[in-house]
Amino acid sequence: MKNDAAILPERAQSIRFSECSGDGIKCESASVSGAVSQRACVYCGARVVLNPITDAFHLVHGPIGCASYTWDIRGSLSSDEEGYRNSYSTDLRETDVIFGGEKKLVAAIDEIMASHAPKVIFIYATCIVGVIGDDIDAVCRNAEAKYGIRVIPVKSPGFSGTKKTGYKMACNAIMSLITPAVLPEKTCGVNILGDFNLAGEMWIIKNYLRRIGVEVVANITGDAKVEDLKQAPSAQLNLVQCAGSMTYLAKQMEEAFLIPFIKVSFFGVTDTSDSLMRIAYAVGDKEVIQRAKAFIEEEKNRVIPLLNKYKKNLEGKKAAIYVGGGFKAISLIRQFNEFGMNTVMVGTQTGSKDDYEVISHLVDEDAVILDDANPAELEAFMKEMGADILVGGVKERPLAYKLGVAFCDHNHERKHPLAGYEGTLNFASEINLSMNSPVWEIIGGINNV
Amino acid sequence: MLELTPKKLSDRSTLRINPIKTCQPVGAMYAALGVHQCMPHSHGSQGCCSFHRMFLTRHFKDPAIASSSSFTEGASVFGGGSNLKTAIKNIFDIYDPEIIAVHTTCLSETIGDDLSGYIQDAKVPEGKLVVHTNTPSYVGSHITGYYNMISGFIKYLSESTGEKNGKLALFPGFVNPGDMREMKRLMKLMGTEFIMLPDTSGVLDAPMTGNYTMYPKGGTTIADIRDLGNCEMSLGLGELTSEFAADTLEKKCKVPYKTLPLPIGVENTDAFIMALNQFSKNEVPYEIEEERGQLMDILLDSHQYTHNKTVAIFGDPDTVLGMAQIALEMGMIPKYMVTGTPGAAFDRKAAALLEKFGVEGCTAKQAGDLFELHQWIKNDPVDLLIGGTHGKQVARAEDIPLVRVGFPIIDRYVHSYLPIVGYKGAIRLAELILNALMDRQDRDCEDEDLEMVM
Ligand code: SF4
Ligand code: SF4
Repeated sequence: MKNDAAILPERAQSIRFSECSGDGIKCESASVSGAVSQRACVYCGARVVLNPITDAFHLVHGPIGCASYTWDIRGSLSSDEEGYRNSYSTDLRETDVIFGGEKKLVAAIDEIMASHAPKVIFIYATCIVGVIGDDIDAVCRNAEAKYGIRVIPVKSPGFSGTKKTGYKMACNAIMSLITPAVLPEKTCGVNILGDFNLAGEMWIIKNYLRRIGVEVVANITGDAKVEDLKQAPSAQLNLVQCAGSMTYLAKQMEEAFLIPFIKVSFFGVTDTSDSLMRIAYAVGDKEVIQRAKAFIEEEKNRVIPLLNKYKKNLEGKKAAIYVGGGFKAISLIRQFNEFGMNTVMVGTQTGSKDDYEVISHLVDEDAVILDDANPAELEAFMKEMGADILVGGVKERPLAYKLGVAFCDHNHERKHPLAGYEGTLNFASEINLSMNSPVWEIIGGINNV
Repeated sequence: MLELTPKKLSDRSTLRINPIKTCQPVGAMYAALGVHQCMPHSHGSQGCCSFHRMFLTRHFKDPAIASSSSFTEGASVFGGGSNLKTAIKNIFDIYDPEIIAVHTTCLSETIGDDLSGYIQDAKVPEGKLVVHTNTPSYVGSHITGYYNMISGFIKYLSESTGEKNGKLALFPGFVNPGDMREMKRLMKLMGTEFIMLPDTSGVLDAPMTGNYTMYPKGGTTIADIRDLGNCEMSLGLGELTSEFAADTLEKKCKVPYKTLPLPIGVENTDAFIMALNQFSKNEVPYEIEEERGQLMDILLDSHQYTHNKTVAIFGDPDTVLGMAQIALEMGMIPKYMVTGTPGAAFDRKAAALLEKFGVEGCTAKQAGDLFELHQWIKNDPVDLLIGGTHGKQVARAEDIPLVRVGFPIIDRYVHSYLPIVGYKGAIRLAELILNALMDRQDRDCEDEDLEMVM
């Protein structure tokens, strides 16, 4: 193992070099006490999945912090409703912690109902709510009875697992919202699962599907509205995009509503084209297949020459990846391959064993693979592997810049849509911009001038 | 944007909408980052620590490090003692700080973890230190957590040896590294020897070097924190933020203290400089007088553009009061002053300020939120908003210019490097405010009224 100094002994099993075989990487477990981990919590996972439901009310039951950190931070765009961009919480105080917060929660729901007419309220119970013994199930039941709307508990105390557990909680909440009394007739449309409409990506994909003649029933959850979500059981097929967060939901929908699913990815030209074809074949309509072929052809002809212009600048550069889910990491590696770039380090917060398996086949033998990495590890390996650019989230950005490494946000703060053909162009342009900015020319110290 | 905000005010005693505060640990983390070679440690679940680091990173655009006890289900039932013990060992083994500053979270507070006990039992390597403070988020706000952490350092470390060191202890208030730099510059100009706690300059505005260091050059040293106990007196800037720390030092080491408002605006900066003058007995140097004179010149030149303009100010209590002071000095009317941090002292101070300037018809509220401020503005608008990034929704909804001051500012750059305190800071504020108002005038006026010379 290289770089021993930067690695906690307990962490050694969560890091590996691509060449070593055996049991693979240790993942899907809690962070080590004392680690400077980049990992978010159960609540965060649940919130990011549900937050894009634009006409829902999201009420955080707990002290103020959890609510204030998640106020309008995910760049999920809405086509009209803006309610989800407010931050609602019960702001629990000391007396509530001593005497219980149930009354306050009831009153907060009443106050929402006094001035608004939401169709659904999600109640997120954060860390201390379970500990102080609030029965939020009962509060939600009573509120539903009183107001005739859906009030859905999302029990997401941070300590009860990782962000992934939160995705599950969110999926359960969605199931609770969309499960009909009787299964509706199937239409020929599809649902999109796991796109959160960051920078408008859901719109791009919906547009592609429209172009090839596939109708979208429900967006889950980017730019979603409650009424549309409720139509989801009538779809004939589920397209699962962010597999980490949504496979669980897809499986449940398959069981309960008899909707089969396929996994798709719209990052990169290859993945986008493959996915469109797979969708067309899954829908099985001859005309759709024809149209998909033609559309892909057309887009490739348009985009590839443009990409080749960037390729000159990108070829041979070394990329480091640190993202939330394994699926996204895999897509990114493929994209870098398309650009002629080499991925030298890959880390994820919540990747599964299967993901890491795939990753280790996609990267070079000496690439570093990390689970739930801390800044010291990221630094050590980025330097050692000589990365030219890091793709990550908000906490990684300043780290990369301090090291003088270019950066691209592939998370909540992405600046442009990165999905689909135009997303691939944006992505290439963004990494090109960051890696070839004149700023790198002037950052040497005065003594090096 | 924000069309859900109804104009009609309703009784809303339990629901918090669009907060102007966050939780204690974030303040504690910020304070701990202002100590040299210190690892802030969050004793609770992983998520809190991640959120707090992200929040600070978004504001400072610099890496904010901190470790977490990473509670799991088990810890939430049996207590977090063993998590903390393991954490302390791991942190010293791998990240090698000089000191670990532990703060609690809602969870560890609610399950009743005994931090002092855990720390006493922990194996701490020779020469290294572990301190702690309690930061239950259901009390106060990030401001509370900030001064709790400062007091934690003092309680654990400051000592009076009986021999005075001739220095002034300065508690800077909840301000940016750029402000701390300015305070230090002014103290140096005044020939005042000082120890400032915390000092995040050189940590959260550290230069780019091509290397990432967990512990940049800045921060108050442990030796200096110890030596605080030998200071002649302490000065707490930001009365609602710094008094607690100053009081802790007085109780522990008999260092008398005085508090002053944050030195924002003319009068507040005058008071700070006069306090330094009384302490060091040194004359105010020409350099400072010159800056003050420049500020006067600017305020005179431009007063007709600010006179009688109404402004809504939101943010942390001492920042809001300071901004109200300078607004009043510029002839503006601080129509609404809101802080999310609870504490009746804010209302009293705001009322006193208004009385001093003989201004009526303004509203001040502690423990308020942006939703309510938005409702007030809908009913009776203002010319200008002053506060952090979260005001941008209101600014857009009501088409009011927003001058970004305070915490957090997560959608702009540079703010944390430059001061708002001191005469220099006031000059910067005057520029920000004037530009906002005058840009607006240029945007809104008729073609024939567009003035080339203003
Ligand atoms: S649970 Fe954590 S983030 Fe939430 S309020 Fe408490 S300390 Fe803050
Ligand atoms: S770990 Fe718990 S308290 Fe902390 S942010 Fe997550 S839900 Fe909130």
